[in-house]
Amino acid sequence: MESSKRRTRYVLKRLVQAIPIILAIVVLNFFLLQLAEGDAVDVLAGEAGSATPEYMAELRVKFGLDQPLIVQLGVYLKNVVSLDLGYSFRHDMPVSQLVLDRFIPTLLLMTSTIMLAVGFGIVLGLVAASGLNTWRDTAISIFALVTYATPLFWVGLMLIVVFSLKLGWFPTSGMENLAMFYEGWDRVIDIAHHLVLPTITLSLFYLALYTRLMRASMLEQAGQDYVTTARAKGLTERRIVFVHVLRNAILPVVTMAGVQVGALIGGSVIVESVFAWPGLGMLAFEALFARDLNLLLGIFLLSAVLVVAINLIVDIIYSTLDPRIEMG
Amino acid sequence: MDFWKLFARNRSAVMGMGILVLIFLMAISAPFFFPDDPFSLAGQSMSSPGENGFLLGSDSLGRDVASGIAHGAKTSLLIGLLATLVAVFVGVIMGALAGYYGGVVDNLLMRTTEMFQTIPSFLFAILLVAIMKPSIESIVIAIAVVSWPAVARLVRGEFLSLRSREFVQACHTLGMGDIRIMLGEILPNCLSPIIVIGSLMVATAILIESGLAFLGLGDPNIMSWGFQIGAGRTLLRSAWWVCTFPGIAILLTVLAINLVGEGLNDALNPRLRDRS
Repeated sequence: MESSKRRTRYVLKRLVQAIPIILAIVVLNFFLLQLAEGDAVDVLAGEAGSATPEYMAELRVKFGLDQPLIVQLGVYLKNVVSLDLGYSFRHDMPVSQLVLDRFIPTLLLMTSTIMLAVGFGIVLGLVAASGLNTWRDTAISIFALVTYATPLFWVGLMLIVVFSLKLGWFPTSGMENLAMFYEGWDRVIDIAHHLVLPTITLSLFYLALYTRLMRASMLEQAGQDYVTTARAKGLTERRIVFVHVLRNAILPVVTMAGVQVGALIGGSVIVESVFAWPGLGMLAFEALFARDLNLLLGIFLLSAVLVVAINLIVDIIYSTLDPRIEMG
Repeated sequence: MDFWKLFARNRSAVMGMGILVLIFLMAISAPFFFPDDPFSLAGQSMSSPGENGFLLGSDSLGRDVASGIAHGAKTSLLIGLLATLVAVFVGVIMGALAGYYGGVVDNLLMRTTEMFQTIPSFLFAILLVAIMKPSIESIVIAIAVVSWPAVARLVRGEFLSLRSREFVQACHTLGMGDIRIMLGEILPNCLSPIIVIGSLMVATAILIESGLAFLGLGDPNIMSWGFQIGAGRTLLRSAWWVCTFPGIAILLTVLAINLVGEGLNDALNPRLRDRS
């Protein structure tokens, strides 16, 4: 009872702490928009082909672009709070609508990536640490070193060459085979089939990171007093590793997974554009080509909010994994 | 002397240094071996490696892949180094001020770096380059903007722990000014971690640059590895070599820099030296 109350308080406190960060990002977004050459009216005029200066001035008054900067910032803040992220003239749709439509595929890709990277990272790190300085350890270390240095987009392209074009095992692009009109389980299997290569590509870099982290963490824990105690009690090495050391060694990996979410979104821009995965990253790539700044800023804002949310979730998971974490 | 001995003890670091020297030589010798503009049509298009005098093949416009790689080396190294220098410069100043003076400056810096940790940095770099229009300057600025907070945090920590040490107090008693203490006394004592983080940052900067160029955000007048891969991706089915070789070049360069960085870390960090 007492602890659940404390947990709720902790979550609320972390939520409140997140607000200034999001606010700062919104303000940053606003100033980036100001930095860009030309405003919405220039874009509109460009779309229309020609517009008289009088008409453009009239439009600026209508959109409030003639107001002082601080007033515009206020209006922008109010809009963001009411989930109005502006209008994408290229897509002829509100940005918030576009962004939300593409949100699910990205979330799917990120979830599968995190699970694969963290899961395999923990296993590989464990194998490397338990066979310290054997050929397994060396092989895993070299693997981690090489993947750490490989550009994601190149891995994706090479996987396409080998597994899609030469072997024909996986589709080259997209999220599902729309022409087949799959339903139910068939559709799930089809999407999973399309998900394999993008997930492997995106997770490789993080896999390397988590492997190295897990190895170091296992080695650090192995030198702790409680391990000596456990050994003195006569526990088997197997039991010491799996019941005692593993739980403690996983903690830094979980923290890192939370911290890395921002980078993961950056990586998904690249991976999604390589595999034409219809998520936020692909949308960002399209926005880039269409010079649709409003849309790009909307994606930026949403992904920052996503990072804050995931960090919060990781903090909560962390506090359940490690009861020593102060929740006051 | 002592440093080089320590560095040479790490075999993989020496190997990394060797690769790096080769890439550097390739970058400076590119104009001699490939005097023509790497964007120019050099012969039969879509030649496979070894065919029609193309060592590594040519792309759909008849551009020489090998020439692109040689010229691209300069771009990668240049942008990686410049961006790192700017990031380290800004990061050291901010971190030093925050760590030395504490208080409001420190608070402001910590909030800023916290925000930077939240922002998806690659997406931020994309935004900055898109807004400033792609050019060497804008790419360097964008990479530096997303990289400096890491340096600032590190330097802040070092300054924070060094500022209350006896030798600094002695400087105060001698009547030295703050700037002189910061630059002349504290900074030299935290150079090792700055060098290590800087060297690893060059590798990250090269990866970011190649990613930007791949997405079409490279300087349009300068050949780069990321651009080659981006331009060759539509040819995957018919001409795998256009994408493959520049990617290997990126991989080797980044790997070499990481190895050197780790070697530097081992050689400069006596506390960590004897860890496995």
